[in-house]
Amino acid sequence: MSKAKSDAKDEKALFDAGVKEYSAAGRYYYDIGYKPTETQVLAAFRITPQEGVSFEEAAAAVAAESSFSTWTTVWSDYLVDASRYSARTYEMKPVPGHPDQMMAYIAYPLDLFEEGSMGNLMSSLVGNVFGFKPLRALRLEDLYFPPALLSTFQGPPHGIQVERDRMDKYGRPLLGATMKPKLGLSAKNYGRVVYEALRGGLDFTKDDENITSQPFMRWRDRCEFVMSAVKQAEAETGERKGHYLNVTAGDMEEMYARAELAKELGSRIIMVDYLIVGFTAFTSLSKWCRRNGMLLHAHRAMHSVLDRQPNHGINWRVLAKMCRIVGADHLHNGTVVGKLEGDRASTIGINEMMRETRVATVEQCPGHHFDQPWLSMPGMFPVASGGIHVWHMPELVSIFGDEVILQFGGGTVGHPWGSAAGATANRVALEAVVQARNEGRNLLAEGTDILKSAAKHSGELRAAMETWKDITFDYESVDALEKP
Amino acid sequence: MKTETFSYLPTFSREQIEKQVQYFLKNNWVVGIEYTSQPNPSLAFWDWWKLPLFSMKAVSEIMAEIEACKANHANCFIRITSYDNARQTQVMSFVVHRP
Repeated sequence: MSKAKSDAKDEKALFDAGVKEYSAAGRYYYDIGYKPTETQVLAAFRITPQEGVSFEEAAAAVAAESSFSTWTTVWSDYLVDASRYSARTYEMKPVPGHPDQMMAYIAYPLDLFEEGSMGNLMSSLVGNVFGFKPLRALRLEDLYFPPALLSTFQGPPHGIQVERDRMDKYGRPLLGATMKPKLGLSAKNYGRVVYEALRGGLDFTKDDENITSQPFMRWRDRCEFVMSAVKQAEAETGERKGHYLNVTAGDMEEMYARAELAKELGSRIIMVDYLIVGFTAFTSLSKWCRRNGMLLHAHRAMHSVLDRQPNHGINWRVLAKMCRIVGADHLHNGTVVGKLEGDRASTIGINEMMRETRVATVEQCPGHHFDQPWLSMPGMFPVASGGIHVWHMPELVSIFGDEVILQFGGGTVGHPWGSAAGATANRVALEAVVQARNEGRNLLAEGTDILKSAAKHSGELRAAMETWKDITFDYESVDALEKP
Repeated sequence: MKTETFSYLPTFSREQIEKQVQYFLKNNWVVGIEYTSQPNPSLAFWDWWKLPLFSMKAVSEIMAEIEACKANHANCFIRITSYDNARQTQVMSFVVHRP
């Protein structure tokens, strides 16, 4: 006989056992009109319930399952103050044009989360709840970090202003390019591609997200040849340069080893695929960068897996905000004019959120649901990259202003005279556009004239304009903001 | 030597420099003038011509300072900088004279 035989056998239930509706009276999960306190984390979830499940029950279920509760009542619930640990759905808003969806606003008590751990926050908010059966789909649209939680994170290792001082670049967007082809070059040939682009006038070149330490180019060789290229280009031009050395690796120890080598060789910046390595490894690397005076470039590989479906997953603006809070100095965002996803208003809203150093407001950041105060956390550079070329320059500067890194990969290396000429063409176009803007000219109306007149003294720009004169990318965005 | 913003454009004429200075003043930035005989990427601080021109709000005053700096340091690189005290940082730098 088992020793665990219960003394309570054959007696009546000792607590209110069984399955209760999450939205039932007496529980806290559905509490419309509740006023969140100033220390609570606020989330906007787009919920799509299964047929037959009410919005109220679905929203309450999200609050319950992402905070305190499980599917059935358990006796140990009674050892906890549920009013203190329950998340509460405090507001519901219809989604224009989608009668099957509802925006649920949920407040989470601060006590639910560990300080300085983005992983812990995600385990709750985007953990098991996303597979919850009564929901057909669920999307985290926005997240508000109360100052009480925000201040437990480091934020960008350096931020925009410190980077400008470290790089000695003022009054214009920075210029970069991703080195192509993505894979297969030997380390010396790769270094050559870097050198050509930097000596032609770029501020930065970049490893691709999937370059780590493959057989054709091991990481030590890559770092050494690339840094030779950076130093040679600096000596030749008289300007500071950088190359984002990708330290993404199979384990954290190896990432540290690669970062240490980059530092030893005098690199100003390293990069990481922040979603791929996971938030915990990303946090460690960000702290290493602050300690070691190294700028950190975050690549967003894998984001589309999470953010592309309009009704399910995590909106890109949330992943971008988490990236700033954990801490990178650069993060890829859309280009608006290039070939990649992201509708104009949404991209602009996320840029503002990334750069604002006081309060990023809903008015300033289209698509956002919460004002986000940034305390003393520095802003980060958005990186616009993908399918852009010299003809886009007036529009890019008009949309993004100065606090952006414009990356022309194909638009540099694809120049008919080679990458150095491609880099020069981009730099001339950029400076001509900034000069014109400062003189008060209208970039959108006069963009073509500005470029044509700059091309009179730059053969490189003339050739680039001729090469890409007919290329535009006008596909409709999959994940655009809803028209109200 | 390609250093600072606008270094890939032909050297600015006096009128073009004036337009940029106008833009800096319109933004309430403080304009400064710096020079050095040997610019290089590791040289963070060039020599200041006086102090940043805190009290100067007219383009003509600043242009006169640039001319005075040139007269005294014709064999140097001379750049204009701007400071934005709201952002607590330097916000512009471009070379207006090369030896």
